[in-house]
Amino acid sequence: MSATASAPRATAAPRAHSRRPSIAGIYVWELRKLRAQKRTYLGLGSAVVIPVIFVVSLMLQSGDVNDVPFGRYVRQTGLAIPPVLLLFSSIWLLPLIVSLVAGDIVANEDGNGTLKTILTRSVDRQQIWLAKMLAAFTYAVLALVLFAGVGLLLGGLRYGFHPLTSLSGTRIGAGRALALMGASLLAYLIPLCALAAIALLLSTVTRNSAAAVVGALMASLIMQLLGVISGLGFLKPYLLSTQFDAWQGLLREPADWAPIVRSAWVSACYGIPALLIGLTNFVRRDVTGG
Amino acid sequence: MSAVVHPIEARGLVKRYDHITAVDHVDLTVEAGTVYGYLGPNGAGKTTSLRMLLGLIRPDEGSARLFGRDPIEEGAAALEGVAGFVEAPRFYPYLSARRNLELMATLDGGDAGDRIDDALATVDLTEREDDKVKGYSHGMRQRLGIAAALLRDPRLLLLDEPTTGLDPAGMRDMRQLVRRLAADGITVMLSSHLMTEVEELCDRLAIVRSGRVIYEGGLTELLRSTGQRYRLRTTDDRRAAEVLAHQGGVGEVEQGEDGLSFAADEGIVAELSIALVESGVGLTALVPAAASLEDLFFELTEDAAEPSPSGSGSVGRTRPEARSSGGAAALGEQVRS
Ligand SMILES: Nc1ncnc2c1ncn2[C@@H]1O[C@H](COP(=O)(O)OP(=O)(O)OP(=O)(O)O)[C@@H](O)[C@H]1O
Ligand SMILES: [Mg+2]
Repeated sequence: MSATASAPRATAAPRAHSRRPSIAGIYVWELRKLRAQKRTYLGLGSAVVIPVIFVVSLMLQSGDVNDVPFGRYVRQTGLAIPPVLLLFSSIWLLPLIVSLVAGDIVANEDGNGTLKTILTRSVDRQQIWLAKMLAAFTYAVLALVLFAGVGLLLGGLRYGFHPLTSLSGTRIGAGRALALMGASLLAYLIPLCALAAIALLLSTVTRNSAAAVVGALMASLIMQLLGVISGLGFLKPYLLSTQFDAWQGLLREPADWAPIVRSAWVSACYGIPALLIGLTNFVRRDVTGG
Repeated sequence: MSAVVHPIEARGLVKRYDHITAVDHVDLTVEAGTVYGYLGPNGAGKTTSLRMLLGLIRPDEGSARLFGRDPIEEGAAALEGVAGFVEAPRFYPYLSARRNLELMATLDGGDAGDRIDDALATVDLTEREDDKVKGYSHGMRQRLGIAAALLRDPRLLLLDEPTTGLDPAGMRDMRQLVRRLAADGITVMLSSHLMTEVEELCDRLAIVRSGRVIYEGGLTELLRSTGQRYRLRTTDDRRAAEVLAHQGGVGEVEQGEDGLSFAADEGIVAELSIALVESGVGLTALVPAAASLEDLFFELTEDAAEPSPSGSGSVGRTRPEARSSGGAAALGEQVRS
C-alpha cells in the first residue's frame, strides 16, 4: 500500500447516526452471491433440463406414460405435462435442487471463513440469517417455476393448450387449468419450503455444506421410506414426504382441500421448529472458523 | 461504568475449550488514541481474546465493552465505529475485490459505499479491484482486509497479526499505515508475536502467555523494569560458569553458544572480573546487555521450569532470534575489559 495515499480520516465529532442496513439489502446481496456461484446453476440447470428431456422423449417415442395420473393425457394437452413432471420428480428432484442451495447457504460461509467477515459489520446475526432464509425460499420458488414453466411451455408448444381432464374425469378449460396449475405449484411449495427449512437448519448446525445437503435429502427419503412400510401406515399422513402430493387435491372436481390444509400444518410443524432452532443456533453460536 | 468510556474495556474474560483455558481472566483497558500491542507466542489466546472483543464468540466468564457497549448484549450496535479482523481476513472468493467491498459497505450501512475508492487506493489494490479474490495472494488479501476495515471509518481498529505472512516491504507498508491511522486519531489494538513490531508501533502493551496477561503497561516502563544484565565472553566458558556460580550476588546465569549472561549489580561485576582472571579465565567481553523487548518476551513467555543448560554448550533458553538482535546490540557496545 502506498504511504502517500490518504486514509479515510477519523472524524472527531460523533458521526451522524448512520442508516442501519436492512434485511432487504442483505437479501439482495444473498441473491447476488447465489448468482455468482456454480452450484446455483447446477440446480436451476437440472430444473430446466429434465422437463426438456421429458418432452423430447415424448416426441421421440409413441408409448404412453402409464401408472401416473394425467399420464394418459400428455400428448393431448401441454397442460398435462407439469403435473406429470411434478409427480415423477416431486420427492427427490426438487428436494435435491432446493437442498443443494439451502443446505449450502450458511455452511458455505463457514467453509469460506466469511462469517467472521460479515458478522463484524453493522448487521445483527438474525438479519443475516433471515436474509439467507428468504434467499433460499426465493431459490425454491425459482426452481419450481422454471421446472413447471419449461414443461408447460414446451408441452404447450408441441401439444397445444387444450382442456385438461381432471383427476375426477371432468374437463377443465385451459384458462382455469392454468390457474389451478399455479395454485398447485403454491401447494407444492409449502412442503418444499419446509424441506428448505430443514436444509437451512442442517446447514447452520453442521457447518458443513455436503453434510447438510445429504442430510436434508436423507431426511426426505427416510420419510418416504417410512411411508411405504405397511405397518407404519398410521404415520403416513404426518410425514413431510406425503405432503408433496397434496396439490393433486386441486386438480379434482370439486377440489379436495383436506390434504392441502393438512399439508399446511404438517409442513409448518416441520418447518417452523427447524427455522427457530436454526436461527437460535446461528445467533448464539461461536464463530471460530476462518 | 466508569466516567470515561474507553475504546476497549474487558473485565475477567475467560474462554475455555474442553480442557484448555484459551483465555484466562483477561482484563484490558485500551485508552483512546493509543496503539496497543497484544503480544504473545502461538496459542497464547490472542485471537480468542479478539474474537470475544468483536462479539464473535461468547466469553464463558467476564465481559468486554467497546466504547461502553457489549457486543454480546447489543450485537452489531456495539461495533459502531469499530473495525478489524481476526486471523487472516476472508472474503468471497467468487466475487471481485470491489464486489466484496460493495457487499461489506451494504452491511455497514451509512455512507460506507462512498469510501470504497479511497480504501482501495489506500491499500494499493485499485488496479486489481476487478479480479476475483480467489486469485489473490495472501498479502493482497491482508491489504483487502485493511480496506474492508477502513470502509467503516473506524475509531477503533482491531488487527490480529496484520503483518503475518507479508514480505518485508509489505510489513513496512502495513506498519506505516498503522502509524498513519494512529496519527489520524484512530485507536489501534494489534496482536503480534513479533516483539520488534510492538516495540516499533505500540505505546502500551499486554504480554499474554497461556491465556493470562503476564505484563500490562507502557513500553518504556517494561524496558526499565528489568534488572541489569551482563553478557560475558571468555576463553573458557565452563570455568567461567563455575566462577559465576560461586560468586555471591550473581543471578539468572544463562549459557548460550555465544557466551554467558547473568544479572548482577555493578559492584558485583567488578569483583567478578577479578575473580575470573584469578581463576585463569581470560575475558574477551563483559558488557551490559541492553534488555531488548525480545529477550524480555522470552523471559516472560517461556517456562522457567525448563532445564537450565549445563556447560555442554547447548542453546538453552537463548533462541537464535534472540541472539541475533541481542548479540548485535552487545557487539555494538563492546568494551574492552
Ligand atoms: N475453536 C477452538 N476449539 C478448540 N480450541 C481452540 C479453539 N480456538 C482456539 N483454541 C485454543 O485456544 C488456545 C488459544 O488459541 P488462539 O488462536 O487464541 O491463540 P493465538 O494467540 O491467536 O495464537 P497464534 O499466534 O498461533 O495465532 C490454543 O491452545 C488453541 O488451541
Ligand atoms: Mg492467532
